[in-house]
Amino acid sequence: MIAPEFFYAAVIVMIGAFMALLRVFFGPSVPDRVVGVDTLNTLIVAGMVLLGAAYDRTIYIDIAIVYALLSYVGTLAIARYLQGGLE
Amino acid sequence: MNAVTYVIYAFLTINMVFNLLGSFSLHRFPDVYTRLHGATKCTTFGTIFAVLAVVVHAAYQLHITGDPKYLQMALHSVVALVALLLTNPTGAHAIAKAAHLSGYKPAKAVIDAYEEKLRGGAE
Repeated sequence: MIAPEFFYAAVIVMIGAFMALLRVFFGPSVPDRVVGVDTLNTLIVAGMVLLGAAYDRTIYIDIAIVYALLSYVGTLAIARYLQGGLE
Repeated sequence: MNAVTYVIYAFLTINMVFNLLGSFSLHRFPDVYTRLHGATKCTTFGTIFAVLAVVVHAAYQLHITGDPKYLQMALHSVVALVALLLTNPTGAHAIAKAAHLSGYKPAKAVIDAYEEKLRGGAE
């Protein structure tokens, strides 16, 4: 392991991602769960960038770029489904 | 331990504090709109500082070793940050609009301007 401070920062970010996952599990309504998933996506992108710096691999950061764009598409699809169509 | 290490530690500390605040605000706010507000703002601000820490680390390693791998790491981190900054507020706006249109009203709200706009026109 090259840089341990980035690894511990990624561990703390993943603890926050676990707290967002609790909101996904115990959310009382459907938009609460969608907000939990959106927060989880942002935290996973941050943790992936930090892990790419920690393990000294640039390919993890490329995975973070693709994950950010694909999670945006997924969030928009869920929002369109939730409001009942395109109108 | 030189000055660059202290800068990286400061950025990583800001990142950890704001990301934990963002996920903690999911459990402390009463309805979906306030939860969305707190979580989106705090995690976006924290991720900006995570990418800044990675960029400072990569620039320092590039200055020491001269390996072009670190230049690639810095540029791709900035691209990931730009993708996140463009997609995160628009996704939050889509979620809030969908939640309001599907019938979840704000808790303890006095004025609901979007509801008035939907009922009475845009004036």
